[in-house]
Amino acid sequence: MKLKKIAALLTVCAMGASLAACGSDSATTTAAEKTTSGSTTSAGTEKEADDKTSAEVAEDLSGSIATGGSTSVEKVIGALSEAFMEEYTDVDITYDPTGSGAGITGAQDGTLDLGLSSRSLKAEEKEKGMTETTFALDGIAIVVNSENTVEDLTLEQIKELATGEITNWSEVGGIDAPVVLIGREAGSGTRDGFESIVGVEDSCKYEQELTSTGAVMAGVASNPNAFGYVSLSAVDETVKAVTVDGVAATEETVQDGTYKIQRPFVFVTKEGEELSPQAQAFVDFATSDAAKDLITNAGAVPLK
Amino acid sequence: MRIQLLLFLRKDTVGMSGSFTNLPAGVTAGMERHKRTMKVKHIIERVMNAVFFICGMVSIAAVLLITLYMIVAGFPAIKEIGLFDFLFGTVWQSTASDPKFGILPFIMTSIWGTIGAVIIGVPIGLFTAVFLAKMAPKKLAAIVHPAVELLAGIPSVVYGLIGMMVLVPAIMDIFNLKSGSCLLAAILVLAVMILPGIISVSETALKAVPKEYEEASLGLGATWTETVFKVSVPAAKSGIAAGIVLGVGRAVGEAMAVIMVAGNVANMPGLFKSVRFLTTAIASEMSYAADGSLQKNALFSIGLVLFIFIMIINAVLGFVLKKGEKK
Repeated sequence: MKLKKIAALLTVCAMGASLAACGSDSATTTAAEKTTSGSTTSAGTEKEADDKTSAEVAEDLSGSIATGGSTSVEKVIGALSEAFMEEYTDVDITYDPTGSGAGITGAQDGTLDLGLSSRSLKAEEKEKGMTETTFALDGIAIVVNSENTVEDLTLEQIKELATGEITNWSEVGGIDAPVVLIGREAGSGTRDGFESIVGVEDSCKYEQELTSTGAVMAGVASNPNAFGYVSLSAVDETVKAVTVDGVAATEETVQDGTYKIQRPFVFVTKEGEELSPQAQAFVDFATSDAAKDLITNAGAVPLK
Repeated sequence: MRIQLLLFLRKDTVGMSGSFTNLPAGVTAGMERHKRTMKVKHIIERVMNAVFFICGMVSIAAVLLITLYMIVAGFPAIKEIGLFDFLFGTVWQSTASDPKFGILPFIMTSIWGTIGAVIIGVPIGLFTAVFLAKMAPKKLAAIVHPAVELLAGIPSVVYGLIGMMVLVPAIMDIFNLKSGSCLLAAILVLAVMILPGIISVSETALKAVPKEYEEASLGLGATWTETVFKVSVPAAKSGIAAGIVLGVGRAVGEAMAVIMVAGNVANMPGLFKSVRFLTTAIASEMSYAADGSLQKNALFSIGLVLFIFIMIINAVLGFVLKKGEKK
């Protein structure tokens, strides 16, 4: 009896091991196939790419696209590249979330096919021959507890609330109650977005630093003194989004630029240098109408 | 166990070969078969020994690999930041343009949080153990005991959730604070979380106290309560200490429940201040820290510090248990 059991156990182990071996084997072979097919066909497709009729080029796009940059963009790029790779099964897109600065540098020195930044290029970056293609916008809503009577804040007031210069809601037209800032953890894209747009980098007086948008929403919803910032798409009826300089945070006001706390998500490329056909197709896809729903679902605002 | 078995086997074979010559052929064949089964059994014994040995090695290898990895991954940042600045710096701003990596706030918070949890949790746990082991009527103990076991089985995220939804707003109301996420909330949650460990280990120790001790005390005219606290508890003290050390280990290592109630701001600890523990410092920033950055390496270094904390606690536990055995 015991012997049988042991034998069975050993067989299972052996099967597991062989399965694992099979798995890795097949993975490496497909990867190898991918790279070889990529290198052979890319020369052929280059001519066709010149026609710019992406629908015709569509079927035989292959190769890899190395992208990287802002952590805030990761979710949107993830959704876009997933849909893109579903259509072009031979294309492999990677994303390395290292921050906007690293994304721009990567595009400049050629380590990345596409750099991604969650801010516009600075003048000196443009002077270095970089160019940007905006494909989505990110609106950050300022949310307060639904009991809070404050309806509107100016950008200046938000800055002072965040840095602790204003410590009582009565100073901005609310009831006599202390101000509690609930934000995200260091490294979060939303935190980086909020702090850079409002101009309070590294000087926020946080009362709570939470690790997800949901946690910030729950924190604001449960504390009448609280205010926080969340991605526009996350706002729901459990909290109240205040208007900023009299403009409500909606998809439309972000698109027409009247809502202040917003930033662009851009592809950074070298000016005048042609992209690989697959990278160009991906940029075209990201800025097409087809991508709009994907961008919305990923929590960003598509271009108008 | 194994040696006994082998001895038994040998005796068996010796007995057989002694009366071998006088037996008819059929019986000899039977003996041969018997011998063969013995051989098979011997092989199984060997194989199983090997299996157990490998299993033991797997866990040792895991410990060794983790230790090695923590040291390798944790050292670069400490080297870059400087051991003193890292351990005794009071400002943690990992993503600022001029980043600062001082983890003293986390260390102090972990220490104070654990001490607070022990101050609240140990008396309750100990008295519950005394109650369950020595005083409770059987029927009542039959209800309380499974309840304590259930408490041990509740996932920490559930503790955190209840803490966040019930405890934090309550603390905010009672103490009239602007925000209820603070060290006190974390201490209360941790105090409840360490209860089951303290109770079950102490209860086992109390139940193992020889009846004669207690009978002698009662015979001298002491009341049952006096007997329990002056005879049983001192007799079980090493077991109780082990339970407390286990509780400390759990409190130091807990992350999930704490991250949901403590507020996670890198302040020096204060009872009503938003604080960050060693564990939550790692958990809250790891997901966005870029690979190879000083921030990520510093998080590994925090892991190393936490690891050393746990090692110390385990060493203390080992020491306490050994001391108990000697007696």
